[in-house]
Amino acid sequence: MTDTSHGIGGLSFDTRKRTRPPELNVFFALIGIVVIFEALGYLLQGQSFLFDSADRFPSIFNEARLKIIILQVAIVGIIALGSTQVIISHGIDLSPGSVVGLTAMVAMSFAQTATVNGNPNPKAIFGDWAMDLPVIAPIVVGLAIGFGAGLVNGLLIAYTRIPPFIATLGMMVAARGAAKWWSKGRPISFPTEEFTWIGNGLGGWMPVVIFIGLAILFMLVLKYTVYGKHTYAIGSNEAAARMSGINVERHKVLVYVIAGMLASLAALVLASKNLTAQAGMGVMYELDAIAMTVIGGVSLNGGRGSVIGTVLGALIFGVIISGFTFLKLDAYYQEMVKGAIIVAAVVLDQWRQQRQSARS
Amino acid sequence: MKDDIILETRGLTKHYGGVHALEDANFVLRNGEHVAIVGDNGAGKSTFVRQITAVEQRTRGDVIFDGKPVSFGGPLEAREAGIETVFQDLALADDLDVPDNIFLGREKTKANWLGPFRILDYKAMRQATLEGLEKTAVKIPNIANTIRNMSGGQRQCVAIARTASFQAKLTIMDEPTAALGVQETAMVENIIRTLKEAGQPLIIISHNMRQVFDLADRIVVFRRGRIAANLTKDQTDPQDIVQYITGAKTGEGYEDAA
Ligand SMILES: Nc1ncnc2c1ncn2[C@@H]1O[C@H](COP(=O)(O)OP(=O)(O)O)[C@@H](O)[C@H]1O
Ligand SMILES: [Mg+2]
Repeated sequence: MTDTSHGIGGLSFDTRKRTRPPELNVFFALIGIVVIFEALGYLLQGQSFLFDSADRFPSIFNEARLKIIILQVAIVGIIALGSTQVIISHGIDLSPGSVVGLTAMVAMSFAQTATVNGNPNPKAIFGDWAMDLPVIAPIVVGLAIGFGAGLVNGLLIAYTRIPPFIATLGMMVAARGAAKWWSKGRPISFPTEEFTWIGNGLGGWMPVVIFIGLAILFMLVLKYTVYGKHTYAIGSNEAAARMSGINVERHKVLVYVIAGMLASLAALVLASKNLTAQAGMGVMYELDAIAMTVIGGVSLNGGRGSVIGTVLGALIFGVIISGFTFLKLDAYYQEMVKGAIIVAAVVLDQWRQQRQSARS
Repeated sequence: MKDDIILETRGLTKHYGGVHALEDANFVLRNGEHVAIVGDNGAGKSTFVRQITAVEQRTRGDVIFDGKPVSFGGPLEAREAGIETVFQDLALADDLDVPDNIFLGREKTKANWLGPFRILDYKAMRQATLEGLEKTAVKIPNIANTIRNMSGGQRQCVAIARTASFQAKLTIMDEPTAALGVQETAMVENIIRTLKEAGQPLIIISHNMRQVFDLADRIVVFRRGRIAANLTKDQTDPQDIVQYITGAKTGEGYEDAA
């Protein structure tokens, strides 16, 4: 690195104070967890976790199940991209899970086919006018809901100074209520061929492709655009951002709008993949997304973290879920270990910050 | 000579509810002049700065900058008009590196049609940062490091380099050396001397009498929200200034503050 070593002053710079990027630690954690499952696999199952082929143990190594789990991570991962930028801006968003439910319900109502096996659609919500619409209709309607929910969140947080936790908690409850109200609790099913493609195209890998594509996009946005820089700046020191002339309020609105739209995008993928929408869809997704984000090294105190970290955090999630399935351990343990990992990640982040403030 | 006045305030006043933090401040700064503002804690010095730089909106009064009455909507407008400020509570983002901080809020960008998603021109900002640091003779080993890992002096230098990286018509520094060690203070004072040689006008707020008498041409004393004295350096000495600060004396023409 080029130095500016001219000038006065005997200021020294302690290179040891340079910190390793937290993403690297997350990556090591991912490797470590894989290794643990490998070891446990040999001990408990007598086989490898990752490297054995499905053909040799077709009954145990359930490829289809693994795929479902990876897909599940991908859909929550889309939400986690939104959580990443929200948490970097020193906010929190508890509403995505409910926005998923509401978006799925409303969007699916505009994605239905007129006829199912020659009969009229038994789950029809609207009349003929809403049947067999081009796929753009449910997409636009769905994204509009995410936009609206994000806008309300953002405006409340930026202009009424309600803590993000409370504002988005309100949205979480309200959007879930709206999702139930929409069809009085009935599921909405039988989408058009086109709509089905969003979650099932490319041999079923569509959600993963969407997640990876968005992850790359947001990685670039956070690193290389003014939007990204200001998100970090606001999370790092809001007063400084304001004094530097950043329109903090407007920026926060944008952050929550983008998070809302990512949640509704996840809903479109999920509803399409499941071929149906239910009011209870997406419950707890926001917490899984926040967990992926925090495990990925994004600091709850704002200003630090990256999309790469979140993607790694999502992978850790996926590995743990598939690992537990592989070890044939009960799903209850999964949840408990997931909880422990979330707490550990936050403790680690806290500890890292204390160490840093002690040094400076 | 009216037009060599770079900054003038007339009746500048700021009330926070019932707190009269700044009352009827009439202040003049000429081009090339370095003025020190002194006064006890809570005297209204930082409040005065915040009204000029539009961090807050004044209760009343006028600010005339560069010959025109101004009423900036916010700190960015003040900066764009040419007022660079080093605020008392360092306005730096700990998690960003040196160029990021220097250009925060006015990034060099490409593809501006992308609106908020326009692309940062990291290379140009890095280059300008190195030039700015060179101009102020500030030594920072690696500008790609986050501010968090820097000493108080280095952080202050970054804040000051920020003001020096742009063509400022007026520089304001609010207690720039209050938290610094001897060597670091010397470094900041050198930067201020560089500005003096370049003929750039400056307002410095300081409690350090040695520093005030070293750097300033003129000293303005604030007391309980009012200006209590306005003295050129050769009219006064440190003991005398302390009497104005404590209220033992009040300047001619400033009897309101008594
Ligand atoms: N935002 C604010 N709200 C209420 N009172 C304030 C605020 N900022 C400053 N004050 C009060 O205004 C007075 C002047 O403060 P300040 O300008 O910071 O003083 P100085 O910089 O001279 O030490 C103090 O009494 C302070 O408590
Ligand atoms: Mg002050």
